[in-house]
Amino acid sequence: MILAFEFPSFSQLVEWPDFLFVDTPFALNKIGLSALIAMVITLTLFLVASRQRQLVPTGVQNVAEASIDMIENEIIEPTLGSEGKGHGFYVPLLTSMFFFILILNLFELMPGWLMPGTARMAIPAFLAVLAWVVFNVAGIKAQGAGYFKEALFPPGVPKPIYILVTPIEFISVFLVRPFSLAVRLYANLLAGHILVVTFAVLTAALWAQQWYAIFLPFPFLMLIFVFVFELLVSVLQAYIFTILTAVYIGGAIHPEH
Amino acid sequence: MEAVAILAQANDFDVDASAKLSAGFAYGLAAIGPGLGIGYLVGQAVQAMARQPEAAGMIRTTMFLGIAFTEALALIGFVVFILLNFA
Repeated sequence: MILAFEFPSFSQLVEWPDFLFVDTPFALNKIGLSALIAMVITLTLFLVASRQRQLVPTGVQNVAEASIDMIENEIIEPTLGSEGKGHGFYVPLLTSMFFFILILNLFELMPGWLMPGTARMAIPAFLAVLAWVVFNVAGIKAQGAGYFKEALFPPGVPKPIYILVTPIEFISVFLVRPFSLAVRLYANLLAGHILVVTFAVLTAALWAQQWYAIFLPFPFLMLIFVFVFELLVSVLQAYIFTILTAVYIGGAIHPEH
Repeated sequence: MEAVAILAQANDFDVDASAKLSAGFAYGLAAIGPGLGIGYLVGQAVQAMARQPEAAGMIRTTMFLGIAFTEALALIGFVVFILLNFA
């Protein structure tokens, strides 16, 4: 290759060897460890915040209250309506979902780690299946069997058109929704990871005592730009995953009239 | 005989190389539609926000939802690129 530039193989980018409990079902690699860390951080944040509650919040409690406020006003209010606010199930579910995904995404940019836990299909797929189960159960609970009638036979459509509409609705509601939810998160983070690797490899390849080292600043500045952009993407994807889950739940519990 | 010759040609056909060749096209083509879509969507959202700044918060939420749905197509193209290239 030109300039001795060699791009690492794909498996090198996303596959990590097990380093703990090797050859057992509990084998841990970087991805699994990052999922555990994300869970522990989310748990401790809200457990510590709720330990000593004060009327005027300070420190950790401030962070927790501000984030729950954000989830309630930005995600729950527009989708589930005002009765979803303070709901004992949806607020904790969506808050922990948001923080779990956000922390996993931010591992993409953490120096020395540089691998988003959501860039492997397993975690997004699990979260999407969780969202699928939650919105279907919520719909059945709210509307009974009418939920399926509502979902498969949307009102206000001429009868013969149902031959076309019902299969499309079935595929889009029950099959495509979880799939696109998982793929959206996974592909965004994987693309970001590959971008970071590309510019990092390019910068490293130009780090040589040759005349072409004068081009070094360009990929390096690009690398910094990509980092900032990926910070935005990390937060946005966590937000989008959470708000889409809320939209699906809202659609399931509030029938269209 | 002709059919045999065609079959032989088909065997020479390098599946791996053609998969890699088409991977780039797959992603490039998949990016056209969502690119236009997101551009139009955000442009209209900005226009709506400029016309009615009070509704900016609601429009922004809806805009992100729209972007998420539109962008999914490009991302599926990206996944196809990965599958063709590496799987």
